[in-house]
Amino acid sequence: MDIDVKKVAMLSRIRLTDDEATELGPQLANIIGYVEQLSEVNTDGVEPTAHPHDAAMPLRANIVTNVNRREELQASSPKIESGLYVVPKVIE
Amino acid sequence: MPFSSLSDIQNRLNSGQTTAVEVAQLYLDRILAFNDKLNAFVHLDAADVLAQAEASDAYRAKHGARALEGLPIAVKDIFCTQDGPTRCCSNILEDFHAPYDAHVISQLKEAGAILVGKTNMDEFAMGSSNETSAFGPCCNPWDTDRIPGGSSGGSAAAVAAALTPAALGTDTGGSIRQPAALTGITGLKPTYGRVSRRGIIAFASSLDQAGPMTRNVKDTAMITAAIVGHDAADATSVADAPIIDWLAACEAQDMKGLKIGKPKEYFIDGMDAEVRQTVEDALKKCQDLGAEIIDISLPHTEYAVAAYYVIAPSEASANLSRYDSVRFGHRCDNPEDLLDMYTRSRDEGFGSEVKRRILTGAFTLSSGYYDAYYLKAQKVRTLIQQDFIQAFEQVDVIATPTSPISAFKLGEKTDDPLTMYLSDIYTIAVNLAGLPGLSQPCGFAQNLPVGLQWIGPAWREETIISAASAYEFATDWSTQHPAEFNANGGES
Repeated sequence: MDIDVKKVAMLSRIRLTDDEATELGPQLANIIGYVEQLSEVNTDGVEPTAHPHDAAMPLRANIVTNVNRREELQASSPKIESGLYVVPKVIE
Repeated sequence: MPFSSLSDIQNRLNSGQTTAVEVAQLYLDRILAFNDKLNAFVHLDAADVLAQAEASDAYRAKHGARALEGLPIAVKDIFCTQDGPTRCCSNILEDFHAPYDAHVISQLKEAGAILVGKTNMDEFAMGSSNETSAFGPCCNPWDTDRIPGGSSGGSAAAVAAALTPAALGTDTGGSIRQPAALTGITGLKPTYGRVSRRGIIAFASSLDQAGPMTRNVKDTAMITAAIVGHDAADATSVADAPIIDWLAACEAQDMKGLKIGKPKEYFIDGMDAEVRQTVEDALKKCQDLGAEIIDISLPHTEYAVAAYYVIAPSEASANLSRYDSVRFGHRCDNPEDLLDMYTRSRDEGFGSEVKRRILTGAFTLSSGYYDAYYLKAQKVRTLIQQDFIQAFEQVDVIATPTSPISAFKLGEKTDDPLTMYLSDIYTIAVNLAGLPGLSQPCGFAQNLPVGLQWIGPAWREETIISAASAYEFATDWSTQHPAEFNANGGES
């Protein structure tokens, strides 16, 4: 299988260096080649399993339970100004 | 004392022979003496540990002892703790401090446990050898040139060398059971949904489950009892899970009438012959104890690794999209624009195994490939689960080797990711099916520990805890420990 590593990396928002792409390409092809054996299994009429116990998503009442902890929650951000997250300019 | 079980330490605390402060100091001394050799701990705040121990002694004097009063427990770096850093052994979380405690951390604190630092692990729990950690590999106390297993390698090494009497790990494809096996300790992955996942940094949400890593089965039961229960704030925590008397399950001393399934797909030519013999001998011992060994088949076993390496990376690629360097995490210097910031920060912050998994997942979820890989893997997952359901109509528990090999050398498998993936061949199906699995020591191969894995029906952990307790009662594997770490940090 031929995998466009740079494209998959861009989908993942990871900028690979050329060296990384050269190394990861064959490794990825190898892994995908291995998992391709799944196609041997007859799964006609078999339902997919997304959750081991087939549990329904529980709902809860929409009640505010937390207090305002903005400073603590933002403390780990790389860049904060006046309580706002700062990112490079998006709109000209 | 250092190699005492949690319950022995509890007895000494209850009878006044020692105090939480003395116990904490003993293990702190051992961490200081031995951690350089093992790299099992990646964060430790000794003053904070002693302060917790003092508070515990004061609590005991005033109110009496809670379930884990004064007992030191280390936790994998994947658990969010409000005190100290939480980094998941990744450079992308280099400066991260969690704003809240994981639910299980709160439960341990409420039970009176002393939290002794964060243990080493594969980055984001992606690995089977602890070699993908941003803090460097952790070593196996039985042979420090070898890996302790992974991803909860630091927790395993710390317990095996008695730098702590017990630890918490997490298990997505074997990350508690495989390192427990390779370091000669006991570890339990509970039924999926039994333990809250809130505040545990997510790898693969439909597979991840936390559990204890300890010196013996009773200690595993003691910790499990403290961390189970419904958490309304975790949508995957199951509300009506059957309740188990965890400590009563440890009282089994024989296996009379127990039907043990021995799946032929787990005893194969590719595995290490000495490991195989050791596990076969363990099953003979079970027969002596009154169990009936029944040959069974789990026919879709050979597809478990392939299904896992589609499902786990797919979920990981979605979960790890949150590391955008906006709200937390590493940010690259001088980003030109938003896209440059995302892509360069993530390239710099993630290690190569994490990137490999994110890319694998992004590919298997991508347009045109979703049905052939992700959906197909989920259907195979159903078949793997049905194999177990059918087997449990015939047997009470299933016994297998935990790992096809004993601990390998550091660096031995790092060049070929796929070979590394295959080392999880005996543990992965349990996660796909959401079942409980326990590994306990059952002997040695190449002078390295070998693990016996018990698999039980969903929500029936008492079946595997009883089987493991009876086996432990009749053997002495759980009391053996690596000679190099016998030297003492305190009293004996």
